Amino acid sequence: MERELKRSNIMYIPAIIFLVVFIVYPFLTGFRISFTDWDGYSQTYRYIGIENFKLLSRDQNVRIAFVNTLIYGFGSTFFQQILGLAYALLLNKPFRGRTLARTAVYLQVLISPIIMGYMWYFILKYDHGALNDLLGLFGIKPVLWLSDPTIAVWVIVVLNTIQYVGVSMVIYLAGLQGIPSMYYEAAAIDGVTLWQEFRHITLPLLYPSIVSSVIINVIGGLKLFDIIRALTGGGPGYTTHSLSTLIYTTYFQSQSAGYAAAIGVLLFVSILVSTIILQIFFKKKGGDYIL
Amino acid sequence: MKNNTWYKTILAILITIIHLIPIYIALTVSFKNITDFSSYWTLPKQLFLENYKVAWQNGGMPIAFKNTIIITGVSSILIILISAMAAYPLARNNSKFNNTILTMILSVMMIPPLSLLVPLYVLMRKVGAISTYWGIVSVHLAFQLPLAIFLYTNFIRALPRELDEAALIDGCSIFTIFYRIILPLLKPVTVTVLIMTGLNIWNDYRLSLFFLQKPEMKVITLTIATFFGISGANPNVAAAAAIMAVLPVIIVYLFLQKYFIQGMVESAIK
Repeated sequence: MERELKRSNIMYIPAIIFLVVFIVYPFLTGFRISFTDWDGYSQTYRYIGIENFKLLSRDQNVRIAFVNTLIYGFGSTFFQQILGLAYALLLNKPFRGRTLARTAVYLQVLISPIIMGYMWYFILKYDHGALNDLLGLFGIKPVLWLSDPTIAVWVIVVLNTIQYVGVSMVIYLAGLQGIPSMYYEAAAIDGVTLWQEFRHITLPLLYPSIVSSVIINVIGGLKLFDIIRALTGGGPGYTTHSLSTLIYTTYFQSQSAGYAAAIGVLLFVSILVSTIILQIFFKKKGGDYIL
Repeated sequence: MKNNTWYKTILAILITIIHLIPIYIALTVSFKNITDFSSYWTLPKQLFLENYKVAWQNGGMPIAFKNTIIITGVSSILIILISAMAAYPLARNNSKFNNTILTMILSVMMIPPLSLLVPLYVLMRKVGAISTYWGIVSVHLAFQLPLAIFLYTNFIRALPRELDEAALIDGCSIFTIFYRIILPLLKPVTVTVLIMTGLNIWNDYRLSLFFLQKPEMKVITLTIATFFGISGANPNVAAAAAIMAVLPVIIVYLFLQKYFIQGMVESAIK
């Protein structure tokens, strides 16, 4: 058996080839390019050491994009957990309207975020937008949802939360179904309040679900790209860029490949460090959860 | 119990409304003429179908659908074949070396596509893969394989080893065992893999944006972005295009809801 199994190892070679050629190899060249002044087109370039990274640490636009990336990642994760758990608790037991709400919540998860973003545009645009129209009925002045930088960043967080709250909800629903009903029966006999039941039974037993959901949402949120492209394109100015959209703009519009690659390294390191911190926080070994 | 669920029903209806508003608004806009200045909330007085006609005929939607179907179809089939094959030794032969390989494959999922943009673009240009089917399919394969391998490995680990051992005693080679015994058992997880990776590829915007630059190679997401991106474009036509783009996903979802939800759970929880 052992010997035969060893022979079977060749079966993963095709997968490894694809991963090495299209991910691992570019990943390593990315580091190399980040130490050059390459413009992306010329035949020649120079190695300039850590010059790009020095520049990066002083670049106001990178700093804004970095802070935004953290807001997008951790902000939407926070709201998604609260809302996802609330949805799951509400929609766990059968009642009239449960299937309808579940269907509507999941539906958003399946729609391409770029198209979802464009659909929200009709709601959020300043002039004649659906939300400002609605506020107008109550005498509230129209709001610049997408052109006021401070508001726009949080609008993006909220929209990302609404679209992907279904992912957290489905994880929590699966977690809730795994809690044996005898705990609740015992609690009922002891006459505990609903809050005590939630605090001392539901929450501790949902711990593994919370870990999966947080890690998936943080990594997804730190990579945010589509919805920003659809709604603000990073603007006004550079105020709503995430690191991802900034890399795209830097490479294709400013034509500085070396610098864009350096921001790429910063993005990767941010995600790596966040994941490690979360893993330590949750006291879980790497690879236990899908990253 | 039954008598006090009315407040839950109200909450559920509120949730439903909030989550369907963007689609509702896009629908009303798509059925109105651009000269119609009524609020987006109101239903159109009459269905203005011209927007759909224009979107379909002038915006390259048919080509986009064709390209998306080809790319999603070919990528999904290859992902299923390559990852099912890869998962078998990774699930069955738990040597230190193989476990390291599996950990490395899974940690690839953490690499954000954008941090690879520059080097990957350089590589693709060098080998002439920009704006080709094989180019974008290869990239999709690389980015979706880890998730697929993760799902298959978990599934195969749960299958009893006695199956393999009995067949081995009967003199089957390890490859025959995989092909004849394991592969037919993988149907349920293959549905999950197909739905999750297929959906990711169908909905992909960023990779397509980098690597599909010729107009005749555009996929649906890129075409929709063009509709909304051109300044002075007709927003009502753009809304019609967006509705056409999401319709297939919505229809498939309503029919196969059970599988979609199962897919979401399995790819999130070990």
